[in-house]
Amino acid sequence: MESITRDQDSPTSQNEPENKWRRYFSFSTDHKVIGVQYMVMSFLFFLVGGLLAMLIRAELITPASNVVDRPLYNGLFTLHGTIMIFLWIIPFNAGISNYLVPLMLGARDMAFPLLNAISFWMIPPGGILLLSSFLLPNGTAQSGWWSYPPISLQIPPGQPINGEFIWIVSLVIIGISSIIGAVNFVTTIFWMRAPGMTFFRMPVFVWSVLSAQLLQLVNLPSLTGALILLLFDLSLGTQFFKPLENGDPIIYQHLFWFYSHPAVYIMALPAFGIFAEVLPAFSRNPLFGYRSLAVASLGIVVVSIFVWVHHMFTSATPSWMRMLFMVTSMLVAVPTGVKAFGWTATIWKSKLHLETPMLFAMGGAAMFLLGGVTGVMLAAVPFDIHVHNTYFIVGHFHYIVFNTITMAIFAAIYFWFPKITGRMYAEGWGKLHFWLTFIGANLTFFPMLPLGLQGMVRRISSYDPRYQGWNVVASLGGFLLGVSILPFIANIVGSLLYGTRAVNNPWHATGLEWTTTSPPPQDNFEQIPVVKRPPYDYGDPKYSVIEPPDYHQQEN
Amino acid sequence: MNRGVIHVDESPIPLERWRRYLPTWLKRFLPIRGGRAEDHHGKGMFGFTVFLLSESIVFLSFIFTYVALRLTHSQNWLSPGISGPELSTFVIISTVVLLSSSFVIQRAENALQRNQINKFRWLWLMTICMGTYFLIGQGIEWSNLDFGLSTGLVGSTFYVLTGFHGLHVLAGVIFQIIMLVRSFIPDNYNKGHFGASATTLFWHFVDIVWVFLFSLLYLW
Repeated sequence: MESITRDQDSPTSQNEPENKWRRYFSFSTDHKVIGVQYMVMSFLFFLVGGLLAMLIRAELITPASNVVDRPLYNGLFTLHGTIMIFLWIIPFNAGISNYLVPLMLGARDMAFPLLNAISFWMIPPGGILLLSSFLLPNGTAQSGWWSYPPISLQIPPGQPINGEFIWIVSLVIIGISSIIGAVNFVTTIFWMRAPGMTFFRMPVFVWSVLSAQLLQLVNLPSLTGALILLLFDLSLGTQFFKPLENGDPIIYQHLFWFYSHPAVYIMALPAFGIFAEVLPAFSRNPLFGYRSLAVASLGIVVVSIFVWVHHMFTSATPSWMRMLFMVTSMLVAVPTGVKAFGWTATIWKSKLHLETPMLFAMGGAAMFLLGGVTGVMLAAVPFDIHVHNTYFIVGHFHYIVFNTITMAIFAAIYFWFPKITGRMYAEGWGKLHFWLTFIGANLTFFPMLPLGLQGMVRRISSYDPRYQGWNVVASLGGFLLGVSILPFIANIVGSLLYGTRAVNNPWHATGLEWTTTSPPPQDNFEQIPVVKRPPYDYGDPKYSVIEPPDYHQQEN
Repeated sequence: MNRGVIHVDESPIPLERWRRYLPTWLKRFLPIRGGRAEDHHGKGMFGFTVFLLSESIVFLSFIFTYVALRLTHSQNWLSPGISGPELSTFVIISTVVLLSSSFVIQRAENALQRNQINKFRWLWLMTICMGTYFLIGQGIEWSNLDFGLSTGLVGSTFYVLTGFHGLHVLAGVIFQIIMLVRSFIPDNYNKGHFGASATTLFWHFVDIVWVFLFSLLYLW
């Protein structure tokens, strides 16, 4: 009897079409479901982090501290940074990688599906735990997302559960999830490739994911180690980082930045990969210098392991170390420059199809120029000492994390939206979203560069009135950026409900993921493909599409 | 129109030329031409090795902290009236037992590979005993020390380093017990094989880490 009921149950429970949306709320081991779960969840955290940023910009629109009190302001920028890094960009990258990597490799799933689900389901509890610290009597952690001791160890006595404690615990949870995810990604990329999918036939996006996840594996554990020691210092009375009791806070900085500088590349590498997918597809050109772009990803990995001390040029770092790390930090410009030249050469002299993903990709790649150049400036010791702890730093990394990476994320959402949902988005709304974002982002983050050069210090809620002009511009830009998310949400929700059906390959792109149906079936491919061609053969006259393809054509 | 057709042309496989020069074990470990998804044991061992790599970085970060603190505070490392961890015969015996258990577990795993299930069980049980002996020894040592977790840097570093390692030994012993139980369940035999290999690798890892910790904590 038992076996009969099981036979009757299994086909309906797996393939019931009207129940499909419920899959996204279940403990599924399908990489596509997990990928979407990651992306939606991290977008919700993005909204929370964005709201915190709105509050920060509201506070900074006037020189006085009049919107929030100072402890809350400290909590706001601490959680804004933490959420945007650990709960928006990194999980979103994990999500889009989760969705795409098996499809791009011609695999049925990730290497360890159960582990994949576990690493996703660790993040919502970690994130909610982090946010719950707003409810504590003394509020959230207030020492910034870097949480330097001894500031982070200055907690009110007699409070074992405080904001800092919760911050550390949730970051350890999220970190372990990332490590598990990285193991899964690296194993997937090495072992799950379809027959004939050699390393130099993998799309650059997969190379980027591989590089980013290798960095997670090598560098993230040092942050986890540092946080564990910090937690012991905070609550068990050990003395690792307590300067008054022979401990050494500089060691924490070393361990922290050994992860947290490469974390920038962990976030940026998938963005670079997205550019490498979107730009060729909309310029109908083969990706210029495919191999050098692929290898440049690994180059960034190797160099970025040796750059962390440039965050500590002002922390009593010996001169030889400053020199050494100035050179290595500047060296990062070489592989990233290779990438930027590759993108430029790809779209060079081609007829561009300026659909929304292309707009976001070009906008992001262009803004990366300013973010990268200011990064090289900051790598120079004399300049770094001058602008240390000013808004110049804030402007620089927001040009990277928002204007480059978040733009790339939006490019990815629009580019793969037809594949993921089986529906087309509305082009007009997408373009509106792009222009609002692009203008808003530049209005917000560009003023921070002159502000920093003039000497406005970061992490303050009140400032000298002479800085107000640029601050008003930045705040208004920030609110515009906040508004810009509305057409995006409207577009996504509206297109999910009413969008036209997407064909398998609306962009006539060459990746393996476009050869299966939209959305892909349970097992991704009817038959595991055998790969015999390199990616990006847009230049092949047999397959290149000169006329703009009809994006809304029905599948015949 | 299905663009899947673009992948049918024949062209030489890049990397094919230098692939020839790779040793066999590396070819097995790093599949280069794809199409190895069905090798569950190889895939699992690869993933587990990658995990151990990142695990070793956590240990390295602790060891880095220990070395850096010790170098800057070599004068006042020990608080007055407190002796550091001592290299007693007891510790040496524990260490010898732990390190030799690596050989035992490797023989057990080899026996499993050759399907000698009884030999596997006996050697595996022996490893469990050796690991448990080490854990009990560590507990006894901890209770006999004259410093605590918050007694200066020596206490902080010693307890955290040995404690973190001890947690790994404990995890290893738990894995071993699970594998031993599994070896009596016929359906789980194939799964157990990967688990046994992974546990063996983990046990070697724990032992290697102990060599470093032992030298740093007791011999420096």
